[in-house]
Amino acid sequence: MSGYSLDKKEFSKTLDLSHILPYGDTMNDGKVQVSFTLPVKNDDKAMEAAKQVAIKMGLFNPVIALSKSLDGTFTFFVIYGTMKNSVNYDEIEVTSLKSETMTMKEIDNYINEEIGRKIVVIGASTGSDAHTVGIDAIMNMKGYAGHYGLERYKMIEAYNLGSQVENIDFVRKAVEVKADVLLVSQTVTQKDIHVQNLTELVEMVEAEGIREKVVLICGGPRVSHQLAKELGYDAGFGTGKFAEDVATYMVKEIKERIHQD
Amino acid sequence: MKSKLNINEKLVDSCRTSARKIGLDVQSFIDTSSTVTVERTICRLLGVDGVDYYEVPLPNIVIEALCDQGIIEQGSALFFGRAMLMTGKSPIDIAMMIVEGTFDFEKLPEYPFDVIMGSLDASVNHSLQRIADNRHLRKDYLNEYGDKTGALLYVIVATGNIREDVVQAVAASKQGADVIAVIRTTGQSLLDYVPYGETTEGFGGTYATQENFRIMREALDVTGKEIGRYIRLCNYCSGLCMPEIAVMGAFERLDMMLNDALYGILFRDINMKRTLIDQYFSRIINAYAGVIINTGEDNYLTTSDAFEEAHTVLASQFINEQFALLAGLKEEQIGLGHTYEIEPTIKNSFVYELAQAQMAKEIFPKAPLKYMPPTKYMTGDIFMGNVQNALFNMVTTITGQRIHLLGMLTEAIHTPFMADRAIAIENARYIETAMASLGDEIMFKSDGLMANRANEVASSAGRLLDTIEEKGLFDTLSQGVFGGIKRGEDGGKGLDGVFVKAPNYINPFLDLMLSELKEELL
Repeated sequence: MSGYSLDKKEFSKTLDLSHILPYGDTMNDGKVQVSFTLPVKNDDKAMEAAKQVAIKMGLFNPVIALSKSLDGTFTFFVIYGTMKNSVNYDEIEVTSLKSETMTMKEIDNYINEEIGRKIVVIGASTGSDAHTVGIDAIMNMKGYAGHYGLERYKMIEAYNLGSQVENIDFVRKAVEVKADVLLVSQTVTQKDIHVQNLTELVEMVEAEGIREKVVLICGGPRVSHQLAKELGYDAGFGTGKFAEDVATYMVKEIKERIHQD
Repeated sequence: MKSKLNINEKLVDSCRTSARKIGLDVQSFIDTSSTVTVERTICRLLGVDGVDYYEVPLPNIVIEALCDQGIIEQGSALFFGRAMLMTGKSPIDIAMMIVEGTFDFEKLPEYPFDVIMGSLDASVNHSLQRIADNRHLRKDYLNEYGDKTGALLYVIVATGNIREDVVQAVAASKQGADVIAVIRTTGQSLLDYVPYGETTEGFGGTYATQENFRIMREALDVTGKEIGRYIRLCNYCSGLCMPEIAVMGAFERLDMMLNDALYGILFRDINMKRTLIDQYFSRIINAYAGVIINTGEDNYLTTSDAFEEAHTVLASQFINEQFALLAGLKEEQIGLGHTYEIEPTIKNSFVYELAQAQMAKEIFPKAPLKYMPPTKYMTGDIFMGNVQNALFNMVTTITGQRIHLLGMLTEAIHTPFMADRAIAIENARYIETAMASLGDEIMFKSDGLMANRANEVASSAGRLLDTIEEKGLFDTLSQGVFGGIKRGEDGGKGLDGVFVKAPNYINPFLDLMLSELKEELL
């Protein structure tokens, strides 16, 4: 396979936000790469099967860059192809959190002035998730990538319960410490179990009758604000968010609720 | 081997001496007590296995009965000895009588100690022989196929279904994996019993059961025969059932076990007395079975900062080493753990990792060190992740680590796909081939960044060990030295399963295994 594309490019090369396509090296070329494994022997028939899989994904002219045996009956493919089904960017509406992130000091001051007492936050990586990375990044004294965690905030009383905490234990602890905010982290999960687990927590919080009293937040690489809202959380934070982002949101939310009361 | 880092030998000796004293101090406590899982292990070693109608394991039913009868302090071996003399039946038949409620504890007579021991002889020897046979069989396989020099490529399978695990494990073996670890299902470490039989449902992993061990062992033996290599099998000897898992592994010829003296205390909030007693017997069994244990120091650095807290890893390695030696493990069986977790954006992060890994190798030259890949700073950027894993693989190769747990490029996203594992193995094999002799070719500057770093870490570890020696391990653990986690002496799970042994308590397995192991060491 030559690295140069000699195809004549017969498509508009002007950006049209109502019809966006993936970008390779030319506007609207629609180039994508995908990789997957098929449970068959690596031969010509497998290559044809992989091409058909790619076509069913909506790829035109799929090119198999790699087909490699993983075992006698499993083959790994890397495929490049062209998409033609565009997306209307203009019509997309998402709910995302819009708030100016405050610094740790600003947040401490805000709590002091606007709320007037320490706020209690409990966090955990719940259910089957053994990874503490996410919750530690937000809560640990040391924080992550130079962003101090909630334990370092003077006006926040933080309880990090660690990983593999059962939802029931998490809720029990929340009641015990009179938590204002519940933070749930889901880092690595198997077969989308995180959705089921997050839903279960919402149900338990409601059953305990504390749903209105707490700010319920989830986070993790596969969590978006949108997903969080759909599951019944107040907010969701994905990759690239730090303790300040989470803390800014929660203190404003608490203030707002006090205001409403 | 001459040190490439000019590590101060006197300092290392003094660290070891401190760790020895810390170990002996705790050992004097361990020797006074036993736990419910230790007693259940004795049941298993006497051939009591299986579950009742409600799927409660028979060893649990027996030990609960002994607790209810108020005779647990004498130990389960003594009970079985007396019960066998009274009924003329085997331990499993006696267990069934207890399940059915037909065993009459009131009538249990006293017998002279020698007579009781004599009645246990046949059952005890039978189990010891079964474990010894497995040890010999492993040796025969390794003699027949030859053992790999250099790093053993260690990969994880975690589908939740043992049959699916087999498919993944067989594929990984054929791609070049040398060790297959079957991750346990979530929360198994907190179960105070071991589930029974083949299992096909799990969360984030697969139940460790003796039948699942057997199924995977059999599959790896078949694949091993096909490809002419011995594939080692690893599981998790941690949690509330450490010695029971050890004996199941010994019966089914597992080759490696995660088996840390402190991990359960710190990361699973298991009571420290419980864990320290349990780890002792579990390690004796692992030693006797020829199993290589893996310790879990890598975990400290996933919760604490890898650069600032490196000395806690070294201090813990010294302590884990001494606990292991006290349990009869040979240095060649002590796979001390450490990891590549320094933040990638730190200048010279690779150089510091290299220093740390080289230091561990020089301080524990005979130990098959278990080196763990980056996890904390792995992100959804799988392309960068593959580079991070490559740097980790280079340190492994250059410093001659023995157990090489391969990093997955999708570490931060999901449990490994089959292709993820293949990419990891290819990455590792490329580097171990391309850099095979690099470690032998290079020296480090005598007062350079690496030598200074290693000596700083060793000095800090020395100071920490001095403090622990002074305060004792129990006090230290309550102050959050390891992984920033504080644990109280009487806190955590499983304390109610700890008891002080009566004067006539016996554990013939522990005594016989240990005396044989010590004889071998002489």
